[in-house]
Amino acid sequence: MIYFDKVSKWYNGGESVALEDVTFQIAPHEFVSIVGHSGAGKSTLLKMLLAEDRPSDGTVFYESTDIHKIPRGRLPKFRRKIGTVFQDFKLLPNKTAYENVAFAMEANGRSDEEIAENVPQALELVDLDDKIFNFPHQLSGGERQRVAIARAIVNQPDIIIADEPTGNLDPIATYEVVQILKKINDLGTTVIMTTHNKGVIDELGRRVITMDRGRVLRDDESGKYVL
Amino acid sequence: MWVAFKRIVRSGAINFWRSAFVSLAAIFVMTVALFMIASTMLDNYSLRQALEDLQEKVDINVYFVTTASEGEIASLKTALESLPEVAEVAYTSRDQALQEFRDRHSGDALTIQALDELGENPLGASLSIRAHQTSHYEGVAAFLADRQALEDPQSPVIDRVNYARNQVAIDRLGDIIDDTQTTNTIRTSILLLLAIFVSFVTIRLAIHHSREEIGVMRLVGASNAFIRGPFVVTGIMQGLFAGVLVLILLYPALIFYESAFYPFPFFEEVSGGMLLGYYVHNFPYFLLVLVGGGIIIGAVSSALAVSRYLRV
Repeated sequence: MIYFDKVSKWYNGGESVALEDVTFQIAPHEFVSIVGHSGAGKSTLLKMLLAEDRPSDGTVFYESTDIHKIPRGRLPKFRRKIGTVFQDFKLLPNKTAYENVAFAMEANGRSDEEIAENVPQALELVDLDDKIFNFPHQLSGGERQRVAIARAIVNQPDIIIADEPTGNLDPIATYEVVQILKKINDLGTTVIMTTHNKGVIDELGRRVITMDRGRVLRDDESGKYVL
Repeated sequence: MWVAFKRIVRSGAINFWRSAFVSLAAIFVMTVALFMIASTMLDNYSLRQALEDLQEKVDINVYFVTTASEGEIASLKTALESLPEVAEVAYTSRDQALQEFRDRHSGDALTIQALDELGENPLGASLSIRAHQTSHYEGVAAFLADRQALEDPQSPVIDRVNYARNQVAIDRLGDIIDDTQTTNTIRTSILLLLAIFVSFVTIRLAIHHSREEIGVMRLVGASNAFIRGPFVVTGIMQGLFAGVLVLILLYPALIFYESAFYPFPFFEEVSGGMLLGYYVHNFPYFLLVLVGGGIIIGAVSSALAVSRYLRV
């Protein structure tokens, strides 16, 4: 489904290396955690996948498509296949929880009827059906992250990318978010998550790709957090 | 298409209300900018009126000898009227001239008594000539000088032409009008550019504040048009509100301004109520320029400002 083929990324003419010769593939319905110290290249990998950044060398494939050969005008359509969740939530501050989730569907050109039906369902799935009209500043960190997850899943994407989704959360909220991501994966969506949280990785018991200084150090099918 | 348009408009309107402080700041700056444009329009008008008024005061007078017949005067009047430079020729008969003289000196008993003692009307008839433009007077004066030169020196019809005496003033006025119109055009252009630039910078700052939101919208797969649209709608609303606000504020501002500063001491025709009258009679024009201008400035500034963050 996703294939990184000898991907390298360097800045300042090669002075700073973010990724070096990275090769791996991810199959449909997998739950993959990418771990590593800060600066290991985890976020750069995800940016490559979202076509936010281009590799200096190598190719990133989504199914049979070279992501970085997609014309600029067709990138929005490609990105709708991927739901994204970030450490800092990245919610639209002037929109309510409902509107934040609905925005992703509106951007996707879905009808008003579908939006009215699916948005409450997505918010119910993350257990936020009682706070749909709250603005982000009226929600706790965990609740904001759950809104972000609802927004990521509402278009039923093929992949969910979660970049340090528990980084700003307390242990209880972390547990809730991980359970939701597991549930989404169980329903058939591929999940790619970067994290620093050893407890989360150990508890998941799923595939772990360990990165260090831009290189893939280890790729374990049922991994533990080892650095 | 219609659904997307409806969503863009709704989202823009919601942004406008929910980002009330940013909207107010943008409206305030655009109001000041549009007010500058409105005052330039009114300023141009009052200057144009003052210059037209001055131009109307300029004329050339031909004074005839007392023995000149009405037929001779009428023939010259007809010849003058056929000149393309001439806008109007007014005839004052000897009797009218005498009556005007008496009226003018009605409080001066000595002059009236001296006039009565003469026993006959000492004043000749005259023609007052107005040209279309001040620069045309020279040609009219040359025509009259030719006519004077062809006259029989023993029995002239024209007594004198006052162009030579007024020539310096007429030429000077022509120069002033030309200079004023040029400087006014330059000043108007600079003010307009300044107003547009200030509005653009304000809206750009407001959108800069939303750059992270724009990034998020891109990440959830929103197309550029879907991201740009609501910002443009918000810009249009800000421009619309600013334009309407200026239209409302102009009315009391003009009443106050004219009661405080008019009439001009120099031109009695440019008097109180002139600007307000111009504003009221030309309201659709002001509506078009100010509200239309506000909308265009808001829309274009927003579209340009958002584009900067869509290129990444």
